[in-house]
Amino acid sequence: MAVRVDVRTSASLLGTVLQALAVPLAALVGVAALYGDSLLPFVVPTLLSLAVGTGLQRFERSAPGPREAFLLVALAWLAVALVGTVPFVLTGAGVFASPVNALFESMSGITTTGATVITDFGLHSRSILLWRSVLQWLGGLGILVLAVGLLSELSVSGAQLMETETQTQDVTKLAPKIAETARLLGGIYTGLTGLMVVVLLVLAFGGLAPALSLYDAVAHALTAVSTAGFSPEAASIGAFSPAVQWATIPFMFVGATNFVLLYYLLQGDPSRLRASEEFRFYLAIVLGATALVAISLFVNDRFGTVETTLRHALFQVVSIVTTTGYATVDFDLWSPLSRHVLFVGMFVGGMAGSTTCSIKTVRWLVVLKAFRRDLFTAIHPEAIRPVRLTGSPVEESTIRDIYTYTLVSVVIFSLLTVFIVVDTTWSAVALSEFEAMGAAASTFLNIGPAFGFAGPYGSYAGFPVATKLVMTVLMWIGRIEIVPVLVLFTRAFWRS
Amino acid sequence: MRVIIVGAGQVGSSIAESLDDDHEVVVIDTDDSRVESLTYSLDVLAIEGDGTSLATLREADVGAADLFIASTDDDETNIVTCATAKTASDAFTIARVRSTNYLQTWEESGGAFGVDFMVSTNLLAAETITRIIGLPAAQNVDVFAEGSVLLAEFCIPTNSPIAGQTVAEADDQFNELTVAAVLHEDGLIVPDGETKLATGDEIVVIGSAESTRAFAADLATDRDENRDVVIIGGSEIAVQTAELLEDRGLQPRLIENDPDRARELAERLPQTTVMSSDATDREFLTREHVGDADVAIAALGSDEKNLLASLLADRVGVDRTIAVVESGEYTDLFEAVGVDAAINPRDATAEEIIRFTLDGRMENVAIIDHDRAEVLEIQIDDDSALAGRPITDATDDLPARVTIGAITRDGEFITPRGDTVVEVGDHVVVFVETEAVDAVASRL
Amino acid sequence: MASKWSSSRLRVDWRTSIGLVGTVVKYLSATLLVPLAVALFYGRDVLTFAIAFLITVIVGLGLERVEPDPDLGTREGFLMVALTWLVVALVGTVPYLLAGMGTGSTLAHPINALFESMSGFTTTGATMMGEISFTQHSHALLLWRQLTQWLGGMGIVVLAVAILPELSVGGAQLMDAEAPGPGIEKLTPRIAETARVLWLVYLGFTVLEMVLLYGLHLGGLAPNMELYNAVSHALTTLPTGGFSPEARSIEAFSAAVQWLIIPFMIAAGANFALFWHALTGNPEKLTQDTEFRSYVGIIGVLTAVIAGLLFTGAGIETVTDAVPPIIGQVEDALRHALFNVVSIITTTGFANMDFTTWSAPAKTILLFAMFIGGSAGSTGSAVKIIRWVVIVKSLRRELFTTVHPEAVSPVRLAGRVIDERAIRGIYAFTLLYVALFAFASLLIVIDSWRVGYTISTLEATSAIASTLGNVGPGFGAVGPMNNYLDFPATSKLLMTFLMWIGRLEILPVLVLLTPSYWRT
Repeated sequence: MAVRVDVRTSASLLGTVLQALAVPLAALVGVAALYGDSLLPFVVPTLLSLAVGTGLQRFERSAPGPREAFLLVALAWLAVALVGTVPFVLTGAGVFASPVNALFESMSGITTTGATVITDFGLHSRSILLWRSVLQWLGGLGILVLAVGLLSELSVSGAQLMETETQTQDVTKLAPKIAETARLLGGIYTGLTGLMVVVLLVLAFGGLAPALSLYDAVAHALTAVSTAGFSPEAASIGAFSPAVQWATIPFMFVGATNFVLLYYLLQGDPSRLRASEEFRFYLAIVLGATALVAISLFVNDRFGTVETTLRHALFQVVSIVTTTGYATVDFDLWSPLSRHVLFVGMFVGGMAGSTTCSIKTVRWLVVLKAFRRDLFTAIHPEAIRPVRLTGSPVEESTIRDIYTYTLVSVVIFSLLTVFIVVDTTWSAVALSEFEAMGAAASTFLNIGPAFGFAGPYGSYAGFPVATKLVMTVLMWIGRIEIVPVLVLFTRAFWRS
Repeated sequence: MRVIIVGAGQVGSSIAESLDDDHEVVVIDTDDSRVESLTYSLDVLAIEGDGTSLATLREADVGAADLFIASTDDDETNIVTCATAKTASDAFTIARVRSTNYLQTWEESGGAFGVDFMVSTNLLAAETITRIIGLPAAQNVDVFAEGSVLLAEFCIPTNSPIAGQTVAEADDQFNELTVAAVLHEDGLIVPDGETKLATGDEIVVIGSAESTRAFAADLATDRDENRDVVIIGGSEIAVQTAELLEDRGLQPRLIENDPDRARELAERLPQTTVMSSDATDREFLTREHVGDADVAIAALGSDEKNLLASLLADRVGVDRTIAVVESGEYTDLFEAVGVDAAINPRDATAEEIIRFTLDGRMENVAIIDHDRAEVLEIQIDDDSALAGRPITDATDDLPARVTIGAITRDGEFITPRGDTVVEVGDHVVVFVETEAVDAVASRL
Repeated sequence: MASKWSSSRLRVDWRTSIGLVGTVVKYLSATLLVPLAVALFYGRDVLTFAIAFLITVIVGLGLERVEPDPDLGTREGFLMVALTWLVVALVGTVPYLLAGMGTGSTLAHPINALFESMSGFTTTGATMMGEISFTQHSHALLLWRQLTQWLGGMGIVVLAVAILPELSVGGAQLMDAEAPGPGIEKLTPRIAETARVLWLVYLGFTVLEMVLLYGLHLGGLAPNMELYNAVSHALTTLPTGGFSPEARSIEAFSAAVQWLIIPFMIAAGANFALFWHALTGNPEKLTQDTEFRSYVGIIGVLTAVIAGLLFTGAGIETVTDAVPPIIGQVEDALRHALFNVVSIITTTGFANMDFTTWSAPAKTILLFAMFIGGSAGSTGSAVKIIRWVVIVKSLRRELFTTVHPEAVSPVRLAGRVIDERAIRGIYAFTLLYVALFAFASLLIVIDSWRVGYTISTLEATSAIASTLGNVGPGFGAVGPMNNYLDFPATSKLLMTFLMWIGRLEILPVLVLLTPSYWRT
């Protein structure tokens, strides 16, 4: 039987995406020149992505259907991660002497995970550290959403691609043309990033952020709004003043808020945001978890003042729940309660239609509502009661999808934990059960830091090679929400 | 023979039509206009009344009937009618049903409901369709002698190696096969050895199962075995076809628009991929690669939809299209506009029922080209004109041209050639033009 | 009935439920006569069981008087099942409390006694006994502990349905609320008959195991498997309970005993309806059953992995005196792997070695095995194989419909289509189970942190997985040769609640907590 996926179309579209990737890479050549770093690490991938992109683009292209979209989405993230590896490999500094580490870092970047293998930040040039941030910014909104907005070739099938990539139909067409919608989303995204740069610089000029340079402002703005979490500083946001830390919190929070709602907010219509049950749920979780952590910190009297305690509690909770992964302090040293709350927070994630990863609040909300409905129908077996979200009923098949997705995530997380425990024992790497669970959740759900040596001030370099490779694959699977990768492994996808 | 037919719908009237020459036929129907028109068009006694009422049946003198056929459109009515008839008569009762449930009950109980023979229209149609699918390029297939003899109708495609050959040449290549008839535009020809076969001709061949398959494969060299079947529509015929295909180890696809019906079908058919969509949605057809299918079967509710669906399937690139046609007069039209095979479920039913009116030795009958010819399977006895003689001698004695298509002796297939001697006890499959059937049948 | 409803704003006739619970408790008192007889035989704790018997009878009669003429509906059914288990567990504490008075027994504390009693009836097997020995506890008391598991195994309510004629009408729903797995299979037209059949199969297996165990002893293959031990262990194998009057659990017995117990645990974790079919001449139903095949397959795979780990030595953390010689020993590695895997998957909780000494990979595998559980219609608990099978099948369907959005493909189990509502129910249950586990683990960590009790994540999660899944032992401080004594009282109560809710598969208890249950 013939293959029923038009591989050539996917490959050709992938070529277009890769060609576009040359633009940020070329920009980095400029940055490298500015800081007097070696140009080679960026010149080579620029040419490489241009060459491969152009080569692939030559394939015959027709309108992509859903299968081609799945293939493209899966391949695009993989290909960008591979090209993104090249600068790290070429510098070969420190941990990047190992290509596996380089691949891990690149995948962690593009998937906005923010888990790093870097052990000594001093070894790496500024341009390389900025490249990490740029990768995350590109991955934040989704490579393809950016591509759809920028490349006219992709506009026809854009809705298909965006829906496949984000796995939500929530990105309702804001504008009649999907490319226009993508551009609007991209605009909000870029606007927020720019705004953060400005805010940080204002703080710096105002004397409230002594350690912050323009470079720092840009590097962090790129990874805050994308809820990604790489920082060129070893101490992450902890390296900066409390003012900077406070200023970062709202940007992470907004980065994990539905962009469609943000759009309406910017249009002067805050009612939608206020009415959104998901937003309220998201807010409640952040506040609830912060309260728990703050109480735990108070009781332990870890940070003398109320302001410090609140700041660190809020910052860490927002950072984890939004799947950013910044840290202001090494929360690995906190009490078991705080650490467990943060661990559970990893599974929450921000709102759908944002730059966040993990399971996402909308799914949990639907799961909760469906539970309540099931309890209700247990008592009233004849009752027909649709689950409603902000007033509109949710389809039964969607509920099933959400159940499946959530459960599969939990199962994959469990399997990954087992794998990590087995592999680390095998390689005689000391790792507690909790640390293994933390690392599994943190990579698969694209958060970043975990606990133990992979904590916020630690590095993933210590994991065995096999574990790092498996984590790389799971970051990829987790970022594009499992299904586009899993379907590639079914016979039905290729044959029937 | 006295035959009572209850229900003068399409099946009922076509049975009546083929029997009225030689038998006493009584037709009962509740619709007075139908009764009236039958009275004038056919040489039958038409009675207006309810077949389930004993009074009506007595009026038709059911006690004297030899054969009783219930062929209304309602299963339960047919069954009750037969049961009622049984109370007042010893006639052989035949009931037509759609539901396979009744058929199963009847088969398992060995003759429940006072029905002596039960025919399921849908199942017969589905069987015909699956037989056609089993034979690439065939337009119609029937089985004789318990499956060891196949009768098939083909249309000779362009670039076929057979085109341009004479019948004798074709016969020689496939030694267990006989070309029984050639259907030109201008009529049916019983060929002799010199008749030339041309592209576009429809030919009727009779032969052993293996030979017929080999012939079909040769005829259409570019067609593989039909593995990928798409059924359009969720009618009962569609389901039965899917079930038969599943039994053969295939995994057909079925497209049904109504989601509830689709769900029901999906539950009934474990090996079938059921899709809930409009089969005329081109985007859907492309996306699901329906064009890659080897065969598409249109079995929707109406003839018009079936025509549209099969033409669309043909357009997206399906190799063969088969359509179910409820109105007999459309079959030619369908095939003319490009549907590869048009199946009329009622034809199959009528064939099945008519063979009971034939004399005891006749076991099977097939109707060719809308009753222009018939193929009969006959067991040879001492009185037969064929018994103990070479075929050429015997056929010269018969009142009309007949073609002996196949002979089976103790289950063994024997290729009939001019010098073959037919023995008593042989099963002979003969091809006869319809107007000569009765004359020929009595001599064989 | 209608007049009763209007007279009260509650829409549940709670009197009916309590009245029926009273009847169940009244009959339950009869089972106390067994340990009473043993107490008379050994001459210890006679008074304890005599008083406990009286108290149980009085409580039963008292509760029964609340509603002498019960009329059972759906809601009353939920309440009755949930309450039965709670009241029975409460009544079951009486012998522990009475026997423990003044002896320094850890069970003298009411919370510990309640935990022990709930752990018994729910067939969990987590214990609060500090020292398990006949010097500390009487034979009668330890047998009562075994007996609670046996009663809880096939289900107290199922037993009640089998015996009490007044439950025959709502019986199917009651059993549904209590029996493990999604839905029950009615084996016979009358539900009481079905309940009786299930109990008979259960009883038959128990007696068979007793006979075989004692046979081994008589045959000289099991020196310390005296009649008392044979009865005690048979009483906790079939309900997948896991209590043992021996402090070292099954490790105290010979290899022959360990091998013998394995098939009985496997049988206990399989669907009893299948055995009924097998006994009535349909053995192919057992071998063709998807769930049974998956169950055997999972046991096989996990055993192979762990046996490999143990054989190579990678499965042992550090070799100490407490570790039997396993490394490089085929039979030993296989036996220990198989025994403990079966014990955990079937949620029995026996151990033939302290698996706390295992390495992290082996322990992690066991931890996740705690979520698998036995088959539906067995005495096993946790999520159950059938739910996982349906989830895997439904996931494959999801992927298929992702590729073919218009495809309608029902999920089938052995050819039978599973209702979409049932699939949703299975998803909801499994997710709820996992969520409850995560939430309770967090609570345990918080609670331990509150009182300054150090507990590792593995210990906390394994304790929760073990109590929620009615398994029994966890790892570390709550390992198979240890107990749950060190937890703060609040954690113990939480775990008691988890055992209760886990045994009833969450829904019947959770329903009681919704306002619409009581009001609308």
